Amino acid sequence: MNKLVNWVDERLPIVDAWNKHIGKYYAPKNFNVWYFFGSLAMLVLVNQLVTGIWLTMSYNPTAEGAFASVEYIMRDVEWGWLLRYLHSSGASAFFVVVYLHMFRGLMYGSYKKPRELIWIFGMLIYLILMAEAFMGYLLPWGQMSYWGAQVIVNLFGAIPIIGEDLSLWIRGDYLISGITLNRFFALHVVALPIVLLGLVVLHILALHEVGSNNPDGIDIKKNKDENGIPKDGIPFHPYYTVHDLMGVGVFLFIFFIVVFFFPEGGGLFIEAPNFEPANALKTPNHIAPVWYFTPFYAMLRAVTIDLFGLDAKFWGVVVMGGAIAILFVLPWLDKSPVRSMRYKGIISRMALAIFVVSFVVLGYLGIVPATETRTTVAQILTTLYFLYFILMPFYTRMEKTKPVPERVTG
Amino acid sequence: MKKLIVGLFISVLPALTLAAGAAVPLDTMEPDHANKASLQRGAALFTNYCMGCHSMEYARYKRVSDDLGIPAELYEENLIFTGAKIGELMKNSMNKDMAADWFGAPPPDLTLSARLRGEDWIYSYLRGFYKDDSRPLGVNNVVFGNVGMPHVLADLQGLCADEPKIGANPSVDPLSGDVRNGEVCEEWETKGSMSPKEFNSAMYDLTNFMSYMGDPVKLERERLGMFALIFVAIFFIFAYLLNREYWKDIH
Repeated sequence: MNKLVNWVDERLPIVDAWNKHIGKYYAPKNFNVWYFFGSLAMLVLVNQLVTGIWLTMSYNPTAEGAFASVEYIMRDVEWGWLLRYLHSSGASAFFVVVYLHMFRGLMYGSYKKPRELIWIFGMLIYLILMAEAFMGYLLPWGQMSYWGAQVIVNLFGAIPIIGEDLSLWIRGDYLISGITLNRFFALHVVALPIVLLGLVVLHILALHEVGSNNPDGIDIKKNKDENGIPKDGIPFHPYYTVHDLMGVGVFLFIFFIVVFFFPEGGGLFIEAPNFEPANALKTPNHIAPVWYFTPFYAMLRAVTIDLFGLDAKFWGVVVMGGAIAILFVLPWLDKSPVRSMRYKGIISRMALAIFVVSFVVLGYLGIVPATETRTTVAQILTTLYFLYFILMPFYTRMEKTKPVPERVTG
Repeated sequence: MKKLIVGLFISVLPALTLAAGAAVPLDTMEPDHANKASLQRGAALFTNYCMGCHSMEYARYKRVSDDLGIPAELYEENLIFTGAKIGELMKNSMNKDMAADWFGAPPPDLTLSARLRGEDWIYSYLRGFYKDDSRPLGVNNVVFGNVGMPHVLADLQGLCADEPKIGANPSVDPLSGDVRNGEVCEEWETKGSMSPKEFNSAMYDLTNFMSYMGDPVKLERERLGMFALIFVAIFFIFAYLLNREYWKDIH
């Protein structure tokens, strides 16, 4: 075994790579429960890739055959139902862990210098993930697949001058059709996963270059022992590999409850109208995107005013795009001298709490049909969402922060 | 931070109660996929009364025969009228274009109807027909207004002269605990061959069968789910002990 390793290592630096990224990657010893979600996201990614490959073997990406082939997978393919539910629930699980992972970043300032690039790669992953989920949702070719895609692609039509042509170009047809299904399939199973994997590699390479942040938001590399090892650092393997195994256990327990007992997630993970094949002549009463998009969908619907001679729908798209775009510049909005929420002041804490509540309630509002009151609430919450970012340079500079400890506090 | 998490969960809760909010009140029906006798009776009813117009084209006869414990020969003799082989999909021979002419819309495929509309809806709909001379077929339905479907089960249920009271006062079956024996009709135009109670029970079986057809793997999935959860729980214990062993030196 050793001989083989040596043989390979003389030709490919596997020992080096192992040490740099796992064996001698020193991570802060005070990671708490919020630090499980990065490795869990990786686990879900692998789940999506593996189940996705097997689903592709029996799926038929045509308007005529897609719906029936999904039922074929559910009924006639050995273990097909399990593959499909792992994949459909996995999509929701992916967003659950990614949202929690991002919240961790917000809470402990993991985006701040020198980790700006990690944050940006992470945001790009999030963006690709949304595209991946959106295109994947069309593939079962149910009513909600169809009309959800119709609504979202039509959004591009709101862009002045080029809009109509742009949405036509995306669809490849005058309405969502088998042609759209074919290209979404190609993007969903080939193009986007490649980009996603590349971004994950970059995300991790950038992380391992500068080192992990921690709940105290302090730099463990400032305190090194005589061997140059951070005093508060421990090797990722075995300490965090065995630690993450526990997280995997808890995650899988919850995940399997969904997969085996509530695969429709109460209509949130698989929406009921999707049990009817896509029908271009019959619009469902109520079109709602899957839950992970609903905060942005609520923002889109919250914009009801025409401005500068442009349609409210266009400004809705701008607000929706802006809500995601503004996250990219977060590292430069936070002017606080400290990273972690533990040592930031009361305003930062309140701002984060308001932001989270706004996001979650917007998510709820995006699921339910709009009423006048709900639209007003959505407008207020959308404003709060943006104020969290726009005011950040001011309140983070203004507020009094607590003294940061020299060593991690556990 | 803990408060924040609790707050987060509380604000998500309303979303979880988002069942398909139907405008029409419905009677409730608890499907029981383990009740094979009920499923067999439901399969017989479906084949005899529904399948002339409604296909179940995503499912195969063989699967139904296996899952419900109906011997393949008996099934082929008594429950396949199209001359199909038992391994084939449960299609029918109705021409969709002609059907659209006859009923206004082609009768939908019903394989997944229980998951699309819910069991309560189907159970209520099947019992919701009444006489309405303003309609082309002389009948209407309280659950599905101006429905294009005739009252196929009229010779079993009879024809109610007035709107049946669906979802008004459900009564509970004392033996099974199922809410299913509501007397829906007060005045009959024509009597059927079944008593209201028998008809309710028959519609329970039919709905149960359709529920099974929508999700045939449910029982097996939940059985395996228990094993999967037990496995993960045991895995967690070992992961926890392994973690504790490694981390005891870290302070």
